[in-house]
Amino acid sequence: MRIIQLNATVTDSNLRDAEALREQMKQNGTLLINLMSSPGSGKTTLLSRIIRDLKDLKLGVMEADIASDVDARRIEALGARAIQVHTSGMCHMDAGMTAAAWEAMEARALDLIFLENVGNLICPAEYDTGAALNLMLLSVPEGDDKPLKYPLMFQTSDALVITKTDSLDYFNFDLDKCVERAKKLNPGIEIFPVSAKTGEGMAGLESWLTQRLAAWRVRP
Amino acid sequence: MHEMGIVLHLAKTLDQTAEENKLTAIGRVVLQVGEVSGIMTELFTDAWDYFKVRHPVLKDSTLVLETIPAVTWCDHCKQTYETVKYGKTCPYCGSGETWLLRGNECVIKEIEAE
Ligand SMILES: Nc1nc2c(ncn2[C@@H]2O[C@H](COP(=O)(O)OP(=O)(O)O)[C@@H](O)[C@H]2O)c(=O)[nH]1
Ligand SMILES: [Mg+2]
Ligand SMILES: [Zn+2]
Repeated sequence: MRIIQLNATVTDSNLRDAEALREQMKQNGTLLINLMSSPGSGKTTLLSRIIRDLKDLKLGVMEADIASDVDARRIEALGARAIQVHTSGMCHMDAGMTAAAWEAMEARALDLIFLENVGNLICPAEYDTGAALNLMLLSVPEGDDKPLKYPLMFQTSDALVITKTDSLDYFNFDLDKCVERAKKLNPGIEIFPVSAKTGEGMAGLESWLTQRLAAWRVRP
Repeated sequence: MHEMGIVLHLAKTLDQTAEENKLTAIGRVVLQVGEVSGIMTELFTDAWDYFKVRHPVLKDSTLVLETIPAVTWCDHCKQTYETVKYGKTCPYCGSGETWLLRGNECVIKEIEAE
């Protein structure tokens, strides 16, 4: 017996899978966007709105859920390509599961694919899914102190979407304070306050997504 | 639930390591687990025992878990303190503008193999 020093994080094998998937999707010209939030922050509602607004793009959705398929049916009713992924009890999606979902979708012609990750602010942040963009949703009723409680989620996200802004009048949510806290953890983070209910702020988010798709398709 | 995901990745990483280093059997696996990583050691070793028999190089392996103490940084008074003892609130100045410096990780330190 000999000793081998590894000093590797357990998620290293996942990182390799994630890099491979990202490269494959880049070759294909498809932008994969990972949506992470607590349950009920408004991921499915936001996606429904985006599907209705971005009619010129071909959109697909991967719905990860511990067991049900309610969200996938909601999305398909809007005419987008959807696939339900059951994580069989697992609290996050990993790159291997995402790659399998991408295979199963057989939808190489899609422009954008959204992955609605399992509702949870901790575990999904630790696993690279292979997505090109990580979006985190925080809804107004959850409170502006979330950056302090879940720093890793804010650090790994490219954009923070503050949802349900139509309810700002009813909660003690300090928007400026939340933005300040998020920027402190991640100075480069893009922030979009939106309401999927009234449509406020949606255009800004949607044009950013379209720009990111164009940038993704420019070969380095 | 979280333990199962980690164990899956651990088994996969070790399989790859065995292949790259042409190892035939892995013995002791030393894992450093952060105090607040949320990993329950009992669940973890149970999950490991379940998975290892499915990987030939791992079937006689044993897990050794070492704890990494959790340390929190206070951004208000620029000091560190023990997370487990004081939680989110800085014991020096009472500020809540604090975050975890370490104690959240799970690292494979070394393995014994042939
Ligand atoms: N007022 C308001 N409610 C919303 C908004 N977006 C979502 N909701 C509500 O929040 C609840 C959870 O939304 P859902 O999209 O299923 O959340 P998910 O679990 O993150 O997918 C539903 O009752 C939605 O109607 C919004 O912009 N404004
Ligand atoms: Mg949903
Ligand atoms: Zn302090």
